[in-house]
Amino acid sequence: MSMPERLKPLLLPLAALLAFEAAMRLAAVQSDSLAPPSAIALALAGALTDGSLLIATRDTLASAFAGLALGGAIGLALGIALGLSHILNRLMEVTIEAIRPIPSVALLPIALIALGFGYRMEIAIVAFACVWPVLIMTRAAVGGIEPRLIEVARVLRLTQLDRVRKIVIPAALPRIFLAFRLAAGIALIVAVTVEIAINPLGLGAGIMTAQQALRPDLMLAYLVWIGVTGFVLNAALMAAQTTLFGRAALTGDGA
Amino acid sequence: MRWSVLGWRLASFAVAAGVIALWQFAADHRWISPVFLPGPDRAWASLMRGFTSGDLLAKLVGTLTHMAYGWLLASIAGIALGAMIGSSKTMRLYVAPTLELLRPLPVSAIIPVAIAALGLSQGMALAVIAFGSLWPLLLGTIHGFAAVEPRLYEVARVLHMPRLAVIFKIALPSAAPDILAGMRLSLTVALILAVVCEMLAGLDGLGQWVLLSARAFRSADLFAGVMLLGVIGYVTALAMSAAESRLLRWQAARR
Repeated sequence: MSMPERLKPLLLPLAALLAFEAAMRLAAVQSDSLAPPSAIALALAGALTDGSLLIATRDTLASAFAGLALGGAIGLALGIALGLSHILNRLMEVTIEAIRPIPSVALLPIALIALGFGYRMEIAIVAFACVWPVLIMTRAAVGGIEPRLIEVARVLRLTQLDRVRKIVIPAALPRIFLAFRLAAGIALIVAVTVEIAINPLGLGAGIMTAQQALRPDLMLAYLVWIGVTGFVLNAALMAAQTTLFGRAALTGDGA
Repeated sequence: MRWSVLGWRLASFAVAAGVIALWQFAADHRWISPVFLPGPDRAWASLMRGFTSGDLLAKLVGTLTHMAYGWLLASIAGIALGAMIGSSKTMRLYVAPTLELLRPLPVSAIIPVAIAALGLSQGMALAVIAFGSLWPLLLGTIHGFAAVEPRLYEVARVLHMPRLAVIFKIALPSAAPDILAGMRLSLTVALILAVVCEMLAGLDGLGQWVLLSARAFRSADLFAGVMLLGVIGYVTALAMSAAESRLLRWQAARR
C-alpha cells in the first residue's frame, strides 16, 4: 500500500505490455495482425530514423491544418454573421440543418471525382467536417455576448467591421478558441480516415501499406504513432488554451 | 407567438428552396460540369429510380444494419464496463487514466488492424464500428458514475442496499444524462465508420454504393446516396434526442 499515488495509473499499461510480450514470445505466435511490443518498438524506431514516418506525419498534419484553417474560417464567418443577426439565423436554419448531418466521409467520392487523389480532396473533406463545430459554437458565443457591449459599440458609432473586430471577436474569443480546439481533433480524425479509406498519402496510407505488406510490427508502430500524434496535439492545444485564457476557460468545455 | 415561429419556419424553408433552385440553375447552365454536379432533378430521379427498380433500399438497410449492430454492441459493452469501472474507486484509479490516454486516438486507425485480423468481412466492419462507438459511451458512463452525488451512496449504505440495487436504483439513473450524451456521440461515429468499412471491404451498403457510383461517374446516383446518408444522420440524431428528452423528463421536472 506504500506505492506512490502517481505510479498507480501506470501499472495497468505496463502490466498489459509485459503480458502481451510474454504471451507472444512463449507461444511463438506467427501472426499477420499481432507483433510483440519489442518488435513494434524496433519498427517504430526504424520508421523514425529512415524518415518515412516523419514525412507521413507532415503530410497528414499539413492536410489536417489546411482543412481546419479553411473550414474554420468559413465556420467562423458564418457563425459571427448568424450570431449577430437573428433574422439571418432564422432564415438559414433549415438549410444548415439539412447539410450538417451529412457524414463527412460520404463526400469522399464527390471530392474524389471533382479533385482527384491528393492534398486538395483531403483538405476539402476536412474543411467540411470542421465548418460545423466552429459555426455552432461561434454562433452561440456571439449570441451570448453581453448586450451592453453591443450598445456601447452603437453609442461609439463603430462601423460594422470595427464592431466585429473590436467588440464581438474579443468577447467571444475564449469559446471560439475552444471550438477550434475541438475542430482540430476532428480534423486529425477525418484526415487519417480519408487516408485509410482512399487517399494514398500520410499516416493513414502508411498504416494501410504496412498491413498489405503483412508487416504487423510496422502496422502497430504506425497505430501507436497515430495515437501519440493525437495525444500530443490535444495536450498542446489544451496547454495553449490554459495559458491564453486561464484555467477558467477549460471548465467551460461542457457548455 | 406561435404564428411568428411558424412564419419564420416557412421563411426558412423558402430559403432552402431558393438554395435548391440556385443549384438547379447552376446545373442547367453548366456552371459546373454535370459529371461532378448533377441537378437536383436528376439526383431526385435517381433516388426514386434506385428505390423502385434498383437496390438502393437494400443498400440503405445494409448501412442501417451495420450501424445498429455495432452501436448496440458498443452500448451494452460500454454501459456494463463503464458501470464496473465507474462504480469502483480502485478501478477508477488504475484503469481510467489508461482509457483517457487512448481517447484522442483516431479510431479509424484500427481499421487496418481489424482487416489484418478478420479480413475484409462483415465481422471486421462490426468489430470496427463497435470498437469505435465504444469510447464516447464508455468514458461518458465512467464520468456519469463518478459524478453521482456522494450523499446518495450514503443513503444506500444506511438502507443496506446490495451493490446491484445501488447500481440500478441510484447510479444508473443519475448517470443517465452522461450515458445518453455518449450514446448520441457514438451514433455519429457508428455511421461514419459504417460508411468507411463499406467502402473498404465492399460490403452491401451506401458507402459501397457512393464509391461505385463515383468510380463509374454516375454522379446522380452518387448524390442520391449522399442525400440518403444525410437523411440517416438527421433521423438518427432526431430519434436520439427525442428518446433523450423522454427518458430524462423526470430530471427536467426536478430542476
